[in-house]
Amino acid sequence: MKHGRYPFIIGFLIVPVAIYGTFVIAAYVQAFQLSFTNWRGFSPDVSYIGFDNFVKLFQDSTFWKAIQHHVLLLIFLPLLTIVLALFFAFLLNVGGGAKGGRTQGVWGSKFYRVVFFFPQLLALALVAVIFSRVYSSDDSGLINGLLNQIGAGPVLFLADKNLALWSILAVLVWQAVGFYVVLFSAGMGSIPTEIYEAAALDGATRGTLFFKVTLPLLWNTLQVAWVYLGIAAFDAFALVNVMSVDRGGPDGATTVLGLEIYRNAFDYAQFGYASAMGVVLFFLTITFAALTLRVTRREAIEL
Amino acid sequence: MTNLMSSDSPAVPPGTAPRPGPRHTTAAGRDKREIKLFSGFAHVALAIWGLLVIAPLIWVILASFKSNTEIFTHAPFSLPSQISFETYKTAWTEAHVGRYFLNSVFVVAISTAGTMLLGSMAAYVLARYKFFGNRFIYYLFVSGLAFPVFLALVPLFLILQNLGLLNTYTGLILVYIAYSLPFTVFFMTAFFKTLPNQIAEAAIVDGASHTRLFFQVMLPMAKSGLVSITIFNIVGQWNQYLLPVAIMQGAGAEKKWVLTQGIANISVSAGYQANWAALFAALTLSILPMIIVYAFFQRQIQSGLTAGATK
Repeated sequence: MKHGRYPFIIGFLIVPVAIYGTFVIAAYVQAFQLSFTNWRGFSPDVSYIGFDNFVKLFQDSTFWKAIQHHVLLLIFLPLLTIVLALFFAFLLNVGGGAKGGRTQGVWGSKFYRVVFFFPQLLALALVAVIFSRVYSSDDSGLINGLLNQIGAGPVLFLADKNLALWSILAVLVWQAVGFYVVLFSAGMGSIPTEIYEAAALDGATRGTLFFKVTLPLLWNTLQVAWVYLGIAAFDAFALVNVMSVDRGGPDGATTVLGLEIYRNAFDYAQFGYASAMGVVLFFLTITFAALTLRVTRREAIEL
Repeated sequence: MTNLMSSDSPAVPPGTAPRPGPRHTTAAGRDKREIKLFSGFAHVALAIWGLLVIAPLIWVILASFKSNTEIFTHAPFSLPSQISFETYKTAWTEAHVGRYFLNSVFVVAISTAGTMLLGSMAAYVLARYKFFGNRFIYYLFVSGLAFPVFLALVPLFLILQNLGLLNTYTGLILVYIAYSLPFTVFFMTAFFKTLPNQIAEAAIVDGASHTRLFFQVMLPMAKSGLVSITIFNIVGQWNQYLLPVAIMQGAGAEKKWVLTQGIANISVSAGYQANWAALFAALTLSILPMIIVYAFFQRQIQSGLTAGATK
């Protein structure tokens, strides 16, 4: 057993660790380093400028706009997605009413689940292309084509400053709901039927069942969902990059940090500045995740 | 399966209902009506969302058969006046969707295979061998889950440039593998830990080497976990957009673009003179394979993609 143990361990680890170290760890370490430089990619000498990038960043109105957008997405993406997904999952699992005290799902619930989940399989970039056509402001758009038929359009979903971000948020929700329906359904499925039966015998209404039985027992899953959706709210790059007017427009009304990082790096060659934004994004994400897990911590209910 | 909906035990006859006495019949009657009403409401709500999910996709497929004029002048869900695959020909050849599609297949096939091989090798050693630095390497991998890829974007570009791998398939594949390793290692380590010891010990007694033990005994035993994570990685890498747009850029890069990048570019650069019908055909070409694969493997796909959230 001892024979050839270390050569084996090293042999198995060396390639994955080398690839991971080169492209992931080294990249993250360099990102922090670069954020303190003014490097623009061309000059061979790099000078360290301390926190100048961060000072500049905090005076940059585009940065604050992006932060505002993340805050909005951070509140509404998880909220809308989770509420809708919980609602549908509950209907799918216990919407069929009680047969002799047994709650059961509606007829065809399997079909609904399959359909709801499908958007999750599509790349966000592809979804973005589909919806940039759906939202098109003329008759070629799905929604305005319908609205114009009844004379109610056109609505400028992506060109209206006040609507653009909400339109993009709607697409994120559209794509995400099905995934969480499946996730919550699995969670609800693992709640023993007896608990529902007992509650139903005690005269609990469906509302009580939902709030007093389902929700507390699903708490851990909900927590995970909230963190996942929050992290998605810090991204949104693909949608904004593809769908929005002038990438992040109109007039910066939809820009997000990911887009600003990309733009500063590859359009303006502001490598140092883009890295500083990346560092801020990292701290925002990690703070959010830690806070969410901390604030929503509850005693797990063991079944 | 302990799903509520699949409880197939016979319904309890009404006589044994828990509410005794004269109230019983009326209460049961009211319950029944209420149940019907609720389940009707449930169906309406579910059907509406189902429609919202399907409608855009149907609309895309319908529009892919229309002419540009039809798209602008006819109702969104009107049927195309004639079925012609001309738009598909344009999309496949002139808009290069065919090339992008094959590029994606090529890149994802190699990178997923590489991710699974390297990821499970590392996970196996980390899960089942005690050695100095084990925990350190494990946490090094898992810490990758906490960092947003945006943070690495600039340095990644520079690293690839220095290695001469910018705008190459090799570069893209290595990066896909590297960024898929944290989750793969995290998941597979947990999985290998659950495998029983006896079989491994028996194989060692029989004189199997560590390497043979891994490939011939442990990997086959880990099949269900491998399937889930393979699906997870295929979907994740197929749908990747940020990494290819950062890596596959510059002169001559268009030829090597992957599907997400290519389609997004058609849409963005289309402008006013666009051939929307061809764009819709391109979209259909990229959606249909997903629908077909999903139809066959929807169960595995659902459990593979949710694996991350339930672990």
